[in-house]
Amino acid sequence: MNELAIKDLLYKLADDQLILGHRNSEWTGFGPILEEDIAFSSMAQDKIGHSLAFYTLLQELGEADPDTVAFTRNANQFHNSQLVELPNGEYDFSLIRHFLYDNAEIIRFEMLSQSSYEPIAKVATKLKGEVKYHVLHANTWIKNLGSSTEEAILRLQSSLNEALPYALAMFENSKYEQELIDAGVYAGEEAVKTEWLKRIQAVIDKTDLKLPDLATIEPKFGGRYGEHTEHLQPLLDEMAEVFKIDPTAEW
Amino acid sequence: MSLTKENILTLLEEVKDPEIPVLSLVDLGVITGVEVSGDDHVTVNMTPTFAGCPAMDYMKKDVERTLEKHGISNYMVNMTFDSPWDSNKLSEKGRQHLKEFGLAPPPKYDLILDLDILEHVKCPYCDSDNTDMRTPFGPTLCRSMHYCNNCKQMFEQFKPL
Repeated sequence: MNELAIKDLLYKLADDQLILGHRNSEWTGFGPILEEDIAFSSMAQDKIGHSLAFYTLLQELGEADPDTVAFTRNANQFHNSQLVELPNGEYDFSLIRHFLYDNAEIIRFEMLSQSSYEPIAKVATKLKGEVKYHVLHANTWIKNLGSSTEEAILRLQSSLNEALPYALAMFENSKYEQELIDAGVYAGEEAVKTEWLKRIQAVIDKTDLKLPDLATIEPKFGGRYGEHTEHLQPLLDEMAEVFKIDPTAEW
Repeated sequence: MSLTKENILTLLEEVKDPEIPVLSLVDLGVITGVEVSGDDHVTVNMTPTFAGCPAMDYMKKDVERTLEKHGISNYMVNMTFDSPWDSNKLSEKGRQHLKEFGLAPPPKYDLILDLDILEHVKCPYCDSDNTDMRTPFGPTLCRSMHYCNNCKQMFEQFKPL
């Protein structure tokens, strides 16, 4: 198996989780209610733990150690989708992003738990159990708020419309797509997207929200190839601020 | 002392979860393998409860300290995902200790998580199942928060995973 293809897959998985983990952590102390503050903080901790598991697999393939990889790259070296780097906005946007992202993430983990590449399969098997809680959290809130007050429905609908071009770009093909599929490493982005659409549609159908016609939406591609919005570099600078004071410090 | 898998496991009973000090790592189910080779080299395999659990590194060091305290210097402690942890791996003794500590133990389940499993957890204080889940996230990654309508108290559960 082409090691570059495996590394590319691992980087996109790890970078998505690191960046969304950091965004989630920005809710600590600011959640609209205490339980949500704790929920986003807990999911932040989970996501960063998940990124560590994948960065550790990269280290085993000869890449630098997880801290170096997480804290010393520039935005154009990150493979995350642009969806996860967007600012938190208001709670409705964070919730919609969490819903769109985690429903895709659990499908990736379910598929990767069957991967022919054993180290990924083992990690994915473990992590899919944890992400179930994230999906459960997202789906419960979308169902509750998406059929509650007029303001809640309007806000969620507007955030959904805003997030979808970025969400669809989560499934941007890598240049190794067919190679990974042929080797049984990964079912591929199209397969994930098809299943994802089914699952988000099923939740949205239980609310007063509407999924726009996806054929009319132009996905915001580029993230998987290092093209990012203006929001990623400031996030990275803040995330690495303490690390960069003394990169050799023992923690 | 002759080194066997059994007596290493007995030594490791001393090592407790730093966040739940009544629970040994053996009862928690995170010690997934102990091997003693011919030249008395001890290998201990561990696996994290939650991948992001900040206590795991501490637990690994605690295992190493405990082995050294008992004069074992030829050892290797590995953290792996080879036998991933799930909450069914908590021992009966561990479940009893959790309850006495005031944490509802996770139900044994078929590893298909749904809301039915999370709602109506038995209250560790009064044993009522007239309870509601307040949030699947709690003060640590492994705990959810619940309210008992019978004894009118908040309580935490060690989450099923």
